[in-house]
Amino acid sequence: MIIGIFSKKRTVWIDVILFILVIGLIYAIMHLGKAMVAPYAPSVDSKPLDLSLWKIPYYTGLSVLRMFIAFAASIVFTLIYGYLAAKNKVAEKILIPLLDIFQSVPVLGFLSITVTAFVSIFKGNSFGLELACLFAIFTGQVWNMIFSFYQSLTTIPKELNEAADVLKLNWYQKMIKLEIPYSMMGLVWNSMMSFGGGWFFLAASEAVTVLGNTTMLPGIGSYVTEAINQGNMVAIFYAIITMIVVIVLIDFLFWKPVVAWAQKYKLETVSSGASPTSFVYDMLVRSNWFKYFWLGLALPFKLFGRFLNSVAKLTAASREVRKKPLTIIMGKIIGVVIVLYILFISIAYLKELYHVLGTTPSSLYWTIFSDGFLTFIRVMVAVFLGALWTVPAGVAIGLNPKLAKFFQPIIQVAASFPSNLIFPFVTILFVHYHMSLGYGAIPLMMLGTQWYILFNVIAGAMAIPKDLLEAGDVFKIRGTKRWQKIILPAIFPYLITGCITASGGAWNASILAEVVQWQSNILTCKGLGSFISAATGSGNWTGIILGIAMMCLFVVVVNNVLWRVLYRIARDKFSF
Amino acid sequence: MAKDIISIYNVFRFFETKEGGQLPVLSEINLGVREGEFISLLGPSGSGKSTLLRIMAGLIKPSSGTVTYLGEPVDGINPGVSMVFQSFALFPWLTVLENVMMGLEDKPFPKEEKRERAIKMIDIVGLDGFENAYPKELSGGMKQRVGIGRALVSEPDILLMDEPFSALDVLTAENLRRDILDLWHEGKIPVKSIVMVTHGIEEAVLMSDRVVILSKSPARIREQIAINLKRPRDSKHPSFEKMLDRIYSVMMQKEKKQFYPDQNIKEELIHFVSIGALTGFLELLADFKEKQDLYSLAEELSLEIDDFVPIVDSASLLQFAKVENGDIELTKKGFEFAEASVLDRKHIFKVQFVNTVPLAKKILTVLESKSNHHMNYEFFEDMLEKYFSAENVEKQIDTLIDWGRYSELFAYNEVSGQFYLEQGEFEIEEEKPEN
Repeated sequence: MIIGIFSKKRTVWIDVILFILVIGLIYAIMHLGKAMVAPYAPSVDSKPLDLSLWKIPYYTGLSVLRMFIAFAASIVFTLIYGYLAAKNKVAEKILIPLLDIFQSVPVLGFLSITVTAFVSIFKGNSFGLELACLFAIFTGQVWNMIFSFYQSLTTIPKELNEAADVLKLNWYQKMIKLEIPYSMMGLVWNSMMSFGGGWFFLAASEAVTVLGNTTMLPGIGSYVTEAINQGNMVAIFYAIITMIVVIVLIDFLFWKPVVAWAQKYKLETVSSGASPTSFVYDMLVRSNWFKYFWLGLALPFKLFGRFLNSVAKLTAASREVRKKPLTIIMGKIIGVVIVLYILFISIAYLKELYHVLGTTPSSLYWTIFSDGFLTFIRVMVAVFLGALWTVPAGVAIGLNPKLAKFFQPIIQVAASFPSNLIFPFVTILFVHYHMSLGYGAIPLMMLGTQWYILFNVIAGAMAIPKDLLEAGDVFKIRGTKRWQKIILPAIFPYLITGCITASGGAWNASILAEVVQWQSNILTCKGLGSFISAATGSGNWTGIILGIAMMCLFVVVVNNVLWRVLYRIARDKFSF
Repeated sequence: MAKDIISIYNVFRFFETKEGGQLPVLSEINLGVREGEFISLLGPSGSGKSTLLRIMAGLIKPSSGTVTYLGEPVDGINPGVSMVFQSFALFPWLTVLENVMMGLEDKPFPKEEKRERAIKMIDIVGLDGFENAYPKELSGGMKQRVGIGRALVSEPDILLMDEPFSALDVLTAENLRRDILDLWHEGKIPVKSIVMVTHGIEEAVLMSDRVVILSKSPARIREQIAINLKRPRDSKHPSFEKMLDRIYSVMMQKEKKQFYPDQNIKEELIHFVSIGALTGFLELLADFKEKQDLYSLAEELSLEIDDFVPIVDSASLLQFAKVENGDIELTKKGFEFAEASVLDRKHIFKVQFVNTVPLAKKILTVLESKSNHHMNYEFFEDMLEKYFSAENVEKQIDTLIDWGRYSELFAYNEVSGQFYLEQGEFEIEEEKPEN
């Protein structure tokens, strides 16, 4: 989904200005946190977690609840943000580049800032910690979803839009009857992917170290952190098993039914063969109690919809009477005020940041840049190594339907699985064999990100036209030639898509992978990820902001230079 | 005489070019839709007839001029119309019944009444039994029936149809046309007038009371012809065929080139025609050896006018053929081309291409003037933007590239986006134009 952004013509200066403003805004939030927490109150809920097995379901339940709350928030935000970006020309000019920048902000580097800010707002109440955790999951998943929604909205066929207009639907009816249904399939698939990615952020954000204090929210992520501290391998093992079960269960009980339900929004004009089905969905549809349950559940939404509809009718009616209804003018004024306010805050804090940076020794900049470069190399190597094994494996699976049927669900679970839960096992190996984390961070990054490449390569191999392969056979193109002339070019666009997603994930993972811990052994290596982690732990605010800014910069530049070019080539030369 | 339901006064519509210029799509349109009338808007593709229909619907605002409905100026969606689309534009996630009920979405009736009306309409358009089917389960003809049902259920004053049959196969289209005509004459279609956009001349003559013929870029009303043939009409009847012939010759007449005072447009839009189609056409003409009537030729080739006109235009643009009074005839060059070997053809084509298409010559001059004989796509894009709308620019360049590649006049690399000369320079053979 990230890709779509590349295909749009963009103005560089808007990107640059927005980038600087975002940095200012981050600094402002950070400052807010710093100022209000004068005595940072980590006393919140510091009693150690109970590592006994029978507690696991309870902790897991809490974690699952967090995931769904964050997901619900993501959906609501997606609908609003995507709708605004697609409908308002001015908003589009700002919101879409902003999306690109937000997408590049390393969520986990941001964590310390949000934790301090939220904790200070709620005066040390653990509610602040909860919100910070939800916020981390939310920011980890929402951008992809927004992009999918925005893209669907802007690609609605012209005649369908015109039909809705001629049928005189108001904006609410149009949204409900046309725009959301049209976007449904993309939204569901992207939600599924994003939700899977969310586990990583959940596991990372349930236990956060700020200013040397580790605060823990009860949950499966903090359970593992505690087990690491205590060196309890059995507990970690059980946590991992639980995690796998939970991922499979959620897939079975939630996503499969949702996908089956969403089939009716598939945009096909002719019936195609088999479509995904779900046992649970079939059961629910047939059961009577669920019907009433559903009606009850939908009631508040229906009432809210009715309210929106009458608002929409009023605005439509007033549009007929006067050219510029009051509501539109009011909306514009409010929009402008909000934008100005954010601008004002960003600029105010940018000024302060400028002063702070003026007193920062230039050697720090150099350190951060060289750290960034090291991490960049690691990310690239991780993506490259990931591609190295996933390409042959993915092609083998993709060209063989039986293998594909068998492996796809397994890979799906692997992709959703929060790789940071595995880190301790790998750490033990590193500690035992005295391996340098400088290299060791690379396999850690790969743990979570290579699946995206594998996914895409499989999809690419499955999409190779049959007749192309047959032509290859007829002309006796075999062995290396077959790879060179047929398979690699055919999967290239998919491979690039996978690599882009994987590199984004690897940047985020670097914050966790460049500092790992087993009991009292802490392994670390030079890199931007460990720099941000260290700055967070010691409360070095200038370091945090510079580190985050540098990482954003690296991601944005690499995306726009390397990946964009590769993507162009893939699109122009290697697409069917 | 019946009163006008929709009136269009002096409507112009411009598209902005990238450089801020304005290209006219519709020019000086004056038209009234009378009560009880079935009008067809007929014109070559890209003539802006769909734009005109959308202006009537209020989907597109005219750049200047006014549209009125029952004497009131239309601002926003025209309250008295509903529309049928070429691609049907059904909501794929709604059943037939729900799709038809969408036509009543803005009406204040209770849901039960909407349902009843929708079911009644589904019966009228011949879909009873399919109420709960989804569009994807229906054939094209059935889908369009749903589209018509959805448009009619709200009983609008005017039904607008945008090439309603062109996505259907021949037999299905014929069947649906007959059914609509029957319903219309039996008064079962609850509208006062119908306006249909089409590029099918026979379709227009078969169905309508008045045919409005539009010219190409910008569209003006070229002629309005009342069709007073007795209904039901028989397409084999001599008077029917006479009418076809008459409309055909109006449409094939070379338009006088219009120059816009502020822009000085000199370049003629060349249609996208594949070399294969053009060659085949010229070979065919060479076999006939004598003048051919354009209409019967099109019939014989069973080509729609939209596919036929570009080929004829290209052949005469390249001076391979001459069109006069609805007849077409090969020129000397045309014969030479048709009889030549594959390689010689390329050469003949190259000479004609450079000498008759000013843009080709321009591209060549530009490439020759550069020391490395390379030039960016964007350069030519900018150059063409002065003459054509953004949409046409791309089509033009595609055609130029295709013809340039075939004739080996110049080459184009898609990945680098560069035009270049293959080898050495090409000497332009200066020839005196024929006759």
